[in-house]
Amino acid sequence: MAAKSIISRPVYGTLSPQPGKHHLFIADAEGALAIAEMAGRAPPRFFDDAEVVFIPGPDGKHTVALEALKPAQFHQAPSFASLLPRLRQTLANAHMGLRLYLSGTEGLIGQAMQVALEAGIDHTSIQTEHRGSLARRMQCVHCKGITENVTTQPATCAHCGLLLLVRDHYSRRIAAFQGVCINAEDRSEIPPMEEIFR
Amino acid sequence: MGITFRKETFRDDFTFKNSPEHIRRFPFPFHEDAYMYAVNIEPHVVGPRGSVLENLIDVDEHYVAEMQDRALVLAEDPLRCQSLPHMTLAGWDLLELLMEQQALGYPEHFTLTRDGDRWRWINRPLGIDDTFTFGDTSTLPYGPMEYITRQSQGDFCILDQRDGNLWMDAGMVTTQADWSLDFDIGMNFFEWHAPVPLAHEKGIFVRALKFLTNIQQGKPARRLNWTMTINPRLDTSPENYHKWGPDRATVTPENVGDKVHLRVELQSFWRLPRSNGIVFPIRCYLIKMDELVTQPKWARRLHRVIRDLPDELANYKGLTRYRPALVEWLSKLDDGSATSSGFGPD
Repeated sequence: MAAKSIISRPVYGTLSPQPGKHHLFIADAEGALAIAEMAGRAPPRFFDDAEVVFIPGPDGKHTVALEALKPAQFHQAPSFASLLPRLRQTLANAHMGLRLYLSGTEGLIGQAMQVALEAGIDHTSIQTEHRGSLARRMQCVHCKGITENVTTQPATCAHCGLLLLVRDHYSRRIAAFQGVCINAEDRSEIPPMEEIFR
Repeated sequence: MGITFRKETFRDDFTFKNSPEHIRRFPFPFHEDAYMYAVNIEPHVVGPRGSVLENLIDVDEHYVAEMQDRALVLAEDPLRCQSLPHMTLAGWDLLELLMEQQALGYPEHFTLTRDGDRWRWINRPLGIDDTFTFGDTSTLPYGPMEYITRQSQGDFCILDQRDGNLWMDAGMVTTQADWSLDFDIGMNFFEWHAPVPLAHEKGIFVRALKFLTNIQQGKPARRLNWTMTINPRLDTSPENYHKWGPDRATVTPENVGDKVHLRVELQSFWRLPRSNGIVFPIRCYLIKMDELVTQPKWARRLHRVIRDLPDELANYKGLTRYRPALVEWLSKLDDGSATSSGFGPD
């Protein structure tokens, strides 16, 4: 559970079966466990109208558990980037009654929600459950570059190299936390880098 | 007789300053010797002649220089002006509002003539004379919001009202006190204010939102906000923080009077007629300490406010590094005598 934070920081819940005609699940790594646990609370044949899209973690686990749910469609993708064209088409062709469920890392939930927002889906209608790493997706406010999987505070921008304070301020549109130069006023001040988003 | 527009800069050699008349009209934001957040919103009605409230959209001696600075910011970073696709109509609303108000307040400088949808806009200080079709974006060199806000002092946020909330869905933001339109665009009222300390707990934003969502057409409201800026720099954006941040480490007891500026935002809130959006102009006024303390009451009061400001607020406003030098400098101008109530100088 994330510590108490500011209002723009996303709050995640627990996946629960929603009334709807079609159900699209997007998960990465341990997010698969959230789907499997929700399946235990779902009505019979719930996954007959479901599509499950899964990006396995480095350990490659959980694929079998998801396949066992027998969703109407199951797709495994090697990365979020590789999933994007398919996801965009699915959402563009979606009809009223599609329900979206996102589970796994914050980066996955954020990026999938970003695509859903672009397709006109209201963020409050999306089910989310955070599982696994607390690593953050960060946008450098100075050069606008995104750095993935930030685990330290402060963190170095992968694009411009500035040392950034990783704020809790979060943009759904950008799907990232804001990074702001931590030693802008005196570049000789180098605060220690601690690993806090694990 | 019109305004004499100053030739001055807000960057590099920082030649910005206020004339004696503009010092007197500065919107000093403290009505008592202490400061804490409040929902200090009041009707935006015309105020005394010679004040910044003489007209509801104020144009002053810095107009031309501010518009030149805005053009420089936009050339460097076009993301400072953004409008989500559903906000174009609100942009036309804003264009109408600003043309009407500027032409009304300053007929010697601005003229708007309308023949149905065919409008002619003359902006003499900037040498503009354009005829266009209201509602047809192809007849303007920019989108309507960008076109008119390149010709209007202050930042402008256009808020869409839906689901009982206000959404920051368009804006021209080049003179901001350290917040990013590019990051915040699309957020709701609570989300874009999320980083502000203390105010959420005090219920400030819940009450402010309730007020703002009920603003009626023709009945704008306003409030003042403030911070401090080192050097008269309009563009204190987070985007450029790594460029202007070092200024804060340059304050010494000797240069406080010249370098440290009080930065006051006159924020107003207007219901837009066609889109039902709210436009939120954030007009920035700068005054250096040497100019401000020519009014002894302001010097005494500012000393007490800055000295007693809660650390959390001082930190949020970025004053921490130079506050001791500033308080020390101001203390010499505070003989401890009482200050009269109200904002104005004695």
